[in-house]
Amino acid sequence: MKPSGNILFCGVGGQGILLASEITAFALLECGLDAKKSEVHGMAQRGGSVVAHLRYGKKVYSPLIDPGQADYLVAFETMEAVRYLPFLHQGSKVIVNTHQIPPPAVATGKMVYPADLLSRLTSLNISVYPLDGFSIAKQVGEIRTANLVLVGALSTFLPVEEELFLEVLKKRIPRKIEENIAAFREGRKITA
Amino acid sequence: MTKVSSKNKQWLSGNEAIARAAWEAGVTVASGYPGTPSTEILENLCTYKDVYAEWAPNEKVALEVGLGASFAGARVLVTMKHVGLNVAADPLFTASYTGVRGGIVIITADDPEMHSSQNEQDNRHYAYAAKLPMLEPSDPAEAMEMLKQAFAISEEFDTPVLFRTTTRVAHVKGMVAIGKRKKGQVPVAIEKMPAKFVMLPGNARMRRRSIAERMGKLASFVETFAANRIDKGDKKLGFITGGVSYLYVKEAFPKAAVLKIATTWPLPFKLIRDFAAQVDEVVVVEELDPFLETHIKAAGIACTGKDKIPAMGELNPFIIKKALGQETGEIFAPVDIPPRPPNMCPGCPHRGLFYNLAKYDVFIAGDIGCYTLGFLPPLSAMDSCVCMGASIGVAHGMDKALGEAARGKTVAVIGDSTFIHSGITGLINMVYNKSMSTVIILDNRITAMTGHQANPASGSTIMGEPANAIDLTELCRAIGVRHVRTVNPHDIKECKKVLTEEIDRPEPSVIISLAPCVLLPEERKRPKMPLTTLVDNCTGCGTCVHLGCPAISWMPLTPAEAKKLGKKEKQKGYARISMEMCNGCGQCLAVCKFKAIGKAEEKK
Repeated sequence: MKPSGNILFCGVGGQGILLASEITAFALLECGLDAKKSEVHGMAQRGGSVVAHLRYGKKVYSPLIDPGQADYLVAFETMEAVRYLPFLHQGSKVIVNTHQIPPPAVATGKMVYPADLLSRLTSLNISVYPLDGFSIAKQVGEIRTANLVLVGALSTFLPVEEELFLEVLKKRIPRKIEENIAAFREGRKITA
Repeated sequence: MTKVSSKNKQWLSGNEAIARAAWEAGVTVASGYPGTPSTEILENLCTYKDVYAEWAPNEKVALEVGLGASFAGARVLVTMKHVGLNVAADPLFTASYTGVRGGIVIITADDPEMHSSQNEQDNRHYAYAAKLPMLEPSDPAEAMEMLKQAFAISEEFDTPVLFRTTTRVAHVKGMVAIGKRKKGQVPVAIEKMPAKFVMLPGNARMRRRSIAERMGKLASFVETFAANRIDKGDKKLGFITGGVSYLYVKEAFPKAAVLKIATTWPLPFKLIRDFAAQVDEVVVVEELDPFLETHIKAAGIACTGKDKIPAMGELNPFIIKKALGQETGEIFAPVDIPPRPPNMCPGCPHRGLFYNLAKYDVFIAGDIGCYTLGFLPPLSAMDSCVCMGASIGVAHGMDKALGEAARGKTVAVIGDSTFIHSGITGLINMVYNKSMSTVIILDNRITAMTGHQANPASGSTIMGEPANAIDLTELCRAIGVRHVRTVNPHDIKECKKVLTEEIDRPEPSVIISLAPCVLLPEERKRPKMPLTTLVDNCTGCGTCVHLGCPAISWMPLTPAEAKKLGKKEKQKGYARISMEMCNGCGQCLAVCKFKAIGKAEEKK
């Protein structure tokens, strides 16, 4: 029986969510699995909440993950992780960038960015792996590799050998490949 | 292993697969207007060799271009979003009469759930109303196969073919089998066929009979069309479904018998009748309207559907299971957190214009584009939004209803691409019928919301080749607008002066708010001079915060914190500018009265 799973990527438009989900999809496909990914373009990309669904297995029909069926949530922003709680189940693993981007109502002082957001997940027995993607990206010398830190942290849960993942990175990332690989490896350390 | 790098298969979105399929089918001419979720089809197709692709000014023109190319014998793809087909409906209904020479396929990309649209109309009704065949794939792999079949159908049955996708086909990626390009069979040449191409009543009456004959032949053809097929299974509950809903049914009821419909119109009624006879109960699962259900019932075949399945928004396996009383398990309740709607980018030129416009006591008729986001707080500077080009007609209509009281009360805002799409005729009407409204053209040099497609005012084609750029000022003058002013929307003060003068004018006037979209490649390359708050000077007045720029955040202060910063205890907070996000447009600098904003490098 081939492994199967559902990965939800979420964050704020412009954070590199589509690239992260694309690389993950390529790695799963290289293992001979079927996969489907669903995205939303257009208005949703203008700084709004963005989500990509990635499903893999022997044969994938629906391109959408049902509520309560996401095995992994990769959140590029803290509040966005909590927004997609209805997609999670008790065995879900959540990789979350501790970076906070205030939405308009918070930025204009009408609402407050809620404190202690991640306890909303941990109190439901959902495993949460918080990481500071930008600090790690700075350490490896390229601020734009935060998305690879998140993919690295996710990768330890997937049925893909590290070597194969690295091959995909080399093939699919056009520039700064050393820094991207370093970011990916730092991410792996967090969940290994 | 290595499926993804296989030579015969590629990881493609529905839109990429459609572009590839069109190329493989021998398409040589393609036209369309950008619109989510259809835009990437032409953006991909134009990269293939031996295909001429273009952005047309609107969907009606795109379809007319497609017809001309088909009359000349070329295979043609025409692309648009669902609401675009409304614009193209006039040529569509008569194209059904003329039929084709070269095959023509019209993509209608529908948007159930309205991810990026003003309505969620169900364009399957167009196939019935215009008497045209319509095909619907479920995923990218099927889109590839079915689009090629659509061209064969178009030529064999002398008909344009409608090809409907939805967001969850167009923007879904999956593995797709690819093939080689084949040439179209029809010789490309001028061939005059007046009885077929000149739809005067006498000819049209003859062609009306041809349509009846064609639809009759198609009705037999679809009975054995292989893409209409039955997945055998448990016969208690038999599903009839099509498009992406088929995938949801397979996921929700993997063991059930399913009749998958690929030809949404005409329907294979014999196949449906046979299927219905094999199962105890028939349930029709479809997104949006009960299109299949209504026609199946009209054919005297018993079924259920919309009495349980929602007729609004997208479906998914969960919704279908729940609607049909299946166990779905406990779902975690959503957490009440601040919403995150989309917003105009940091440095967006539209913001400066809306910041000013929001201060006038006027009705702001809006339109379709990034600038529709001016509706959202804190700017809240839009009072209507209907369809492409509607702003100008709406402002004029309000002007006429208000009569003398209308002076200085109505404004229309419209983007450059939208103005060319369908705003020009509205402006002609405004001048001809003596409006007092003001039209503001938000000219950012590009069709921005759909991801930067060139338009007739941009100065380049879809291929990036230089092209004529319409001089909007001269165009408006030629229409008869006597007062056409151009302002830089980043210049808040000048903008205010011009707005005051033109809004008050008792005749139609045009303001062109001219500054390029900050996401254009040449704008991204420009060196940025980010700004910063000089916290010592900031009084917490909140003026810059009310620009709604994503780079500016309100930082609340407690009395103790305020005191610590050397401020009055009653100061409730200060504004902070994110240097990473700021692109130095200077709008906040212009609105600040306390010299509390400066260039970042000047900050000590």
